[in-house]
Amino acid sequence: MDFGISEDQVLLKDSVRKFLEAECPTTRVREIMESDSGHDADLWQSMVDLGLTALPISESFGGAGLEVLDLALIAEELGFACTPGPFLGNALGTIALQASSNTEAQNRWLPRIAAGQTLATYAAGEKIGVWDAQDFEVRHSGGKLYGEKPLVPFAAVADILVVAALDSQSHVPDLFLVERGADGMTTKDLIGNDMTRRTSTVHFDGTEAIALGGGTEAIDRVRDTALVLLAADAYGGATRCLEMTRDYVMIREQFGQTIAHFQGIKHQLADLATDLVPTCSLWWYAAHAIDHIEDRAAHTSALAKARITDLFDEMGRKGIELHGGIGFTWEHDIHLWVRRSLFDRAFFGEASYHRARAADLRGW
Amino acid sequence: MPVIEVCGGNAVNLKYNESYQKFREEVRDFLTQNWTPEDVAANPVVNELRRGLGGGARTDERATEFRRAAVSEGYLYRSVPRAYGGSEQQPDPLKATIIAEEFHNAKAPYELSNQGPAMLVPTLLAHGTEEQKTTYIESTLMGHIRWCQGYSEPGAGSDLAALRTTGVLEGDAWVVNGQKIWTSNASDADMMFALIRTEPDAPKHDGITYMLIDMKSPGLDIRPLRQMDGEAHFNEIFFDDVRVPRDSIVGDRGNGWKVSRSTLKAERALIGNASMQRRTLDGAVALAQLTEVRGRKAIEDPAVREKLADLDARVCAAEFNGYRLLTAGHRGEDPGLSGLVTKLYASQLSYDIAMLALEISSDRAMLGQGETIAPFDGMMMGSFNGAFMLALGGGAPNIQRNVIGERGLGLPRDVRK
Repeated sequence: MDFGISEDQVLLKDSVRKFLEAECPTTRVREIMESDSGHDADLWQSMVDLGLTALPISESFGGAGLEVLDLALIAEELGFACTPGPFLGNALGTIALQASSNTEAQNRWLPRIAAGQTLATYAAGEKIGVWDAQDFEVRHSGGKLYGEKPLVPFAAVADILVVAALDSQSHVPDLFLVERGADGMTTKDLIGNDMTRRTSTVHFDGTEAIALGGGTEAIDRVRDTALVLLAADAYGGATRCLEMTRDYVMIREQFGQTIAHFQGIKHQLADLATDLVPTCSLWWYAAHAIDHIEDRAAHTSALAKARITDLFDEMGRKGIELHGGIGFTWEHDIHLWVRRSLFDRAFFGEASYHRARAADLRGW
Repeated sequence: MPVIEVCGGNAVNLKYNESYQKFREEVRDFLTQNWTPEDVAANPVVNELRRGLGGGARTDERATEFRRAAVSEGYLYRSVPRAYGGSEQQPDPLKATIIAEEFHNAKAPYELSNQGPAMLVPTLLAHGTEEQKTTYIESTLMGHIRWCQGYSEPGAGSDLAALRTTGVLEGDAWVVNGQKIWTSNASDADMMFALIRTEPDAPKHDGITYMLIDMKSPGLDIRPLRQMDGEAHFNEIFFDDVRVPRDSIVGDRGNGWKVSRSTLKAERALIGNASMQRRTLDGAVALAQLTEVRGRKAIEDPAVREKLADLDARVCAAEFNGYRLLTAGHRGEDPGLSGLVTKLYASQLSYDIAMLALEISSDRAMLGQGETIAPFDGMMMGSFNGAFMLALGGGAPNIQRNVIGERGLGLPRDVRK
């Protein structure tokens, strides 16, 4: 038995970190997030070249055949660097296709996603707070989709959308695939707090869609994966806020010394680290559970998402407070992560929803 | 730009595969053949809180015989060499978890977890003479020699190295004078491991010697110290010309501060282990399932469910972080912050679980242990009081925060004199 990441995984994290430090420092993050689409084709192509889109795809479809944990380690690095762009939605679209039972669609799309020729996204959530497959109302009938998905990542630039919807014939939730530009599909871009990850509302009015199969099991697997990727992103982001704040208090001088000398500040940072650091093992475990310990996946991914996105918010808030006035300016970078934390907290449902699910899953 | 090669994805491997299932069955068979379960207490919360303690801490003849059999099977004291009464096994947290679960379920004698096995034994293994190891380790592991710790003094708490109890070498013995405080279980202990100032002219950290003292020595006086919950778990110890044999020191004279560091590290690991928090949370869940408040079971209250789930997340994080630390130890990696924070994390978590139990108990939370109109006779108060002991034992929370801030985050050291 082992509970740690392998040398290969450390190498993977290091390469992504070095790549993002070089190619996407916060000056670049700001350029991209202030652009029209929020998506930079050059940066994305470099990430494709690095192998990030191929990573979770089976080798038989031209991918690297790695696991949710490997994917989550990338998500952590993207959170750490506050990387803008469609990684999350594309990863979820990929996982959904892989979990489906339509081999023809898999053969057609997965190699293209791996090679970066196709950008995927995933559409799940519906009315306020509705993320449970059983409650979806968007329906598939006679080969066409009807209804609305309000929060779809980068729908404006995605080539394909994987949609979780109700099959009118079988009356069970299932997965469907829609291509960009399909008739009857309209998208409206939304004003988001997190400028690094855009979302759109997608409306289907008799939009042609291919049935992918997979059912509730596949939809739940995508949900658990999403929760882990959000938790990992939040862990990376919170870690970055902690490091930025630590670095700042070591240089900021007041009352004739750096403010790091004050116990009030030292102890506050120690408390934040004490809460945050052990949660790394929580998302590692949940990521591992999705591939290997089926009956623990839903519970631990719910707990990880709830706990760690809460901590990301707290870390951002305390980080700004410890920076003082400069922390509240547009010029200072810390607000980039505070905005990002609002996405991680809300997407796929708020913390208290997942805690309620976790209590049910415990059988309490 | 190098393209990422396919990496091994099995770094985390926690699956209870066939070999572990088989191992669990072996442990069960061993227990069935070697131990008859104890009676179960009528109070379910007591069972949850004390699960495993029913027979776990027994040290009578039957328990010793059982423990020896369990050691020879490789089930107990897995990190202690065979030569000194341990079972010398490869570290395997999953096996250790299976053993702990099965022994607790069977209410069988388990590893003793008090200060002797947890703190003295690692210290002797690292710094003791061959004679000290053979004399003390096995009998400590079996509970035949019971130990207390003589560290804190009235003027040396967080600043432990300021201790002033003196030892002066006179012929073949050290003559010890002074006072220790906060000594747990002193009246039951046979021996004390203590820090004594033997080199009064040396700088404060260099003048201390680690000493093993017989609690029955003439001139040694034990006085119980009553604590906030009315119990007397701690004691004050007075030394009046207590003679300690010259060779009853561990490590060199004046080197006791360094020797004691391995003990304190062991104590942090002991207190950082999440099994106590898991048991207490299980107790709080049982309390919520059985306590009816204003016509509704507490467990049906969404606010209670949410708080329980949040605490569950924190306990899970502590458990998995424990796996991570064991793996890091096995690989010889420095666990960094994830090792430094465990004690502060666990003590805050314990307090928060106890507070939720009081919340669930509603107005009856004002009643003390043993009061029959309180849910489960007010037993959860034990966890409330226990949380303070956990927070203060082995270094007060703000000392932990200094350690985390300075060693973990690289913040500047406080001014110390």
